[in-house]
Amino acid sequence: MPVVDLAATSRRALNAMLHALPPDTNETHWQVANPEGGHAIAAGLDAPVTVEIRGHVGYYCGGMNKRATIVVDGNAGTGVAENMMSGEIRVKGDASQSAGATGRGGLLVIEGSAAARCGISMKGIDIVVKGSIGPMSAFMAQRGNLVVFGDAGETLGDSIYEARLFVRGAVKSLGADCVEKAMGAEERGLLAGLLQRAGLYGAASPDEFRLYGSARRLYHFHVDNADAY
Amino acid sequence: MDPMPPAAHTRPRFSATFDPYTISEIQRAAATGIYDIRGGGSKRRLPHFDDLLFLGASISRYPLEGYRERCGTDVVLGTRFAKTPIRLRIPVTIAGMSFGALSAQAKEALGRGATAAGTSTTTGDGGMTREERGHSKTLVYQVLPSRYGMNPDDLRAADAVEIVVGQGAKPGGGGMLLGQKISARVAEMRDLPEGIDQRSACRHPDWTGPDDLEIKIEEIREITDWEKPIYVKVGASRPYYDTALAVKAGADVVVLDGMQGGTAATQEIFIEHVGLPILASIRPAVQALQDLGMHRKVQLVVSGGIRNGADVAKALALGADAVAIGTAALIALGDNDPRLEAEYEKLGTTAGAYDDWHEGRDPAGITTQDPALAARLDPVKAGRRLANYLAVLTLEAQTIARACGKSHLHNLEPEDLVALTIEAAAMARVPLAGTDWIPGRSSF
Amino acid sequence: MCGIVGLFLKNPALEPALGAHLAGMLGVLSDRGPDSAGFAVYGAGEPDHVKLTLRMTGAGDSRPFVEAFAAEIRMPVQVTQRRTHLVISVPSDMAEPAARAIAARPDELQVVGTGRRMELYKEVGLPTRVAEDFGLAAMAGTHGIGHTRMATESAVTTAGAHPFSTGPDQCLVHNGSLSNHNNVRRVLLREGIAFATENDSEVAAGYLTWRMREGASLGEALEAALSDLDGFYTFVVGTESGFAVLRDPISCKPAVMAETDDYVAFGSEYRALAGLPGIEAAHLFEPEPATVYAWQRH
Repeated sequence: MPVVDLAATSRRALNAMLHALPPDTNETHWQVANPEGGHAIAAGLDAPVTVEIRGHVGYYCGGMNKRATIVVDGNAGTGVAENMMSGEIRVKGDASQSAGATGRGGLLVIEGSAAARCGISMKGIDIVVKGSIGPMSAFMAQRGNLVVFGDAGETLGDSIYEARLFVRGAVKSLGADCVEKAMGAEERGLLAGLLQRAGLYGAASPDEFRLYGSARRLYHFHVDNADAY
Repeated sequence: MDPMPPAAHTRPRFSATFDPYTISEIQRAAATGIYDIRGGGSKRRLPHFDDLLFLGASISRYPLEGYRERCGTDVVLGTRFAKTPIRLRIPVTIAGMSFGALSAQAKEALGRGATAAGTSTTTGDGGMTREERGHSKTLVYQVLPSRYGMNPDDLRAADAVEIVVGQGAKPGGGGMLLGQKISARVAEMRDLPEGIDQRSACRHPDWTGPDDLEIKIEEIREITDWEKPIYVKVGASRPYYDTALAVKAGADVVVLDGMQGGTAATQEIFIEHVGLPILASIRPAVQALQDLGMHRKVQLVVSGGIRNGADVAKALALGADAVAIGTAALIALGDNDPRLEAEYEKLGTTAGAYDDWHEGRDPAGITTQDPALAARLDPVKAGRRLANYLAVLTLEAQTIARACGKSHLHNLEPEDLVALTIEAAAMARVPLAGTDWIPGRSSF
Repeated sequence: MCGIVGLFLKNPALEPALGAHLAGMLGVLSDRGPDSAGFAVYGAGEPDHVKLTLRMTGAGDSRPFVEAFAAEIRMPVQVTQRRTHLVISVPSDMAEPAARAIAARPDELQVVGTGRRMELYKEVGLPTRVAEDFGLAAMAGTHGIGHTRMATESAVTTAGAHPFSTGPDQCLVHNGSLSNHNNVRRVLLREGIAFATENDSEVAAGYLTWRMREGASLGEALEAALSDLDGFYTFVVGTESGFAVLRDPISCKPAVMAETDDYVAFGSEYRALAGLPGIEAAHLFEPEPATVYAWQRH
């Protein structure tokens, strides 16, 4: 198993090695030591490999990931998994703001909590947060699912489109056009599947969550809703 | 003594403050409760390149022979950090315009025309289409606050990346695309429900400010293996600071868009009252580059109201490395064509004034997603018209440059210019014609 | 636009190493702010004495001033010189004549900070260099804050570098950009707060000084800032015995904090905290928007 020590090897060299991997590579498991909060670690990967990062990472870890599995054994800075397309990113600690921003696919699991703007502009990604999420999360969330075991901060789901938000704990406040919705069998099944994929099935029952989504009142401009714009 | 003349009727007098257009706007607002939305850039009279003149050569300077003596037009963008800079035959590029705002046919035509002329096109707020990638030899991929259609494969397939912070029509504002234009394909590309009024964000979701922009640029360089130039585009409002900060954050190219620059759809009040005309923006931006020792090392592309070769030459003389065109390119494709007058009338407008690009009913098939309307635009013929127009812009700019004795467009200087008005002299920092007076000259 | 750091020690055993830790934190954030850097350290203070940190703007030789000054106040003056900065310690009742003597030499000297315990240093250049030049790593103290600056709208000058101090033992560093600082500055000028620069962050410092002068606690002053200061900001503030953090309601600018039994630390990014002792076991968190965090020494 290749081990790359970022105290000795540059981030540029690490990413170049990972980008150069052919789809059928035998080097499918990588370890990265001493990330020390560095930025853009394992960004832009496009190969079915696992990269395990031992320590805290800075901004944009696993940015625009495709197919790779990235495990951060520590905290992640701003924009972890930003615009992820596919694959999986797992943060064992906490994530800073804008986790999973604009992500279009794949699964982001945060075992700790996520700060403000978790899932902002999400476009199809699935995000599972075992702790709580900060304010302004799922702002303009377009597609995909956000599952939160803990609480959600202020203005959850402001200007939300078709994303689904499952929250087990308290929601401090809902943003414009975000409402609680009845959870049917379909949503319950979807949530169960997400918990399974995140390896958290059994940690909570789907029945403990409440579902939030778009009231669709802002989909077409109406003068009486002008305050919400 | 003559009798008093009979009292005449008072002739109707319109207020200069409450002119007929203003009155109609108040009435429209009262009736609908929504601000006016339209496409295009500022329509009001603004200080512009027309108020500048070139000093042709005579005895003290020697002109070059038109058509025979060389006058180079090529430009290289992105020489600072990128492994593969952009090489263009002409310093006129096509500005970012989204698929969604424009039809797929229009995007293809832009690609065809630009490629024939040896220049680049730019994607827009809505992702990269196969039409434009397929037909553009050099394609700049925009990274916008909305990140619609953002995709690392497209990022790697692009020739350069442009991080859009703002645009001249609406510095500080977000995007809009109204329901009429969110067709199934546009919706799919943007991950949105079909037919809704889309309002996009004004700030990027994962960074704000120059210190974080620096980290964002670093990420995009990492993802693209430091190959592609990274442009940063700003709407002109504080061009000195914004240019300096883009450079500090690591940009290879700064794109500066004046308030005449168009938009697919924005509030009229925003278009007409926020930002600076391009004439007032170039010198502060160039000053910032010079103060940092980066003029010509970080290239400056300017846009907003470029119409002819004189505008191109003037922008270059003021210190830009290239210009970008949007509205003019659409007109070249066939926008506002007087042959469609009957149809414009049905839309309540007239050829030359049509700006309801957001409604998606463009009879020219350019700013629409209606398949029947879009099919009216022949991408091959429209591309050819654009290529012709780009060739004329270039020939005109060369004509002026040769007259000023320049064997390359980039050798034009501010000292080749004078201004016709005090305003233009102050904004362009060139002397008022016939004097050595540059009003308001002071450092920033 | 910048990187900011702060370190507030709970365990006195760490005090000799305060400067060393602060220097490390500052150096890491050089790329967030390569234009200039500055820091304030709350070290030892003598009873009934005031320390004035002065920046020499003219030639490097401070002796003529010190001699003249000592003669003026008729007593020997304690001076420590660190590169371009002088720290002079005078009895509290001599603070005013001292300030007058300095004010009489505007072309040579500028007061960057005063206080019983605070010393404040700032200079243009790469943060690592600035910290080295002033010997930050060897400084001891109970708490300190620091800043690396990427200048936005105001000039890259030493005066424009952070921290800003507008009151005794008070200083502030800022990451972000205020949008109503010109109006607030006009109000504060009328209230008698003096400003040395056009910088938005100095207005924030002056605002807190004004509020505290009017009787507010540091926490109350920061609460009030939430409604009076508009724009984007993360502030880290030091007073003689306190240390506080505030983020604006939108909180776009990054902020990470670490707390252990030994210290509270602030960094714009985690990287800045990575070298602190016991960081692996620290409670790491991001300060909430529009929430005042304040610590006091007892």
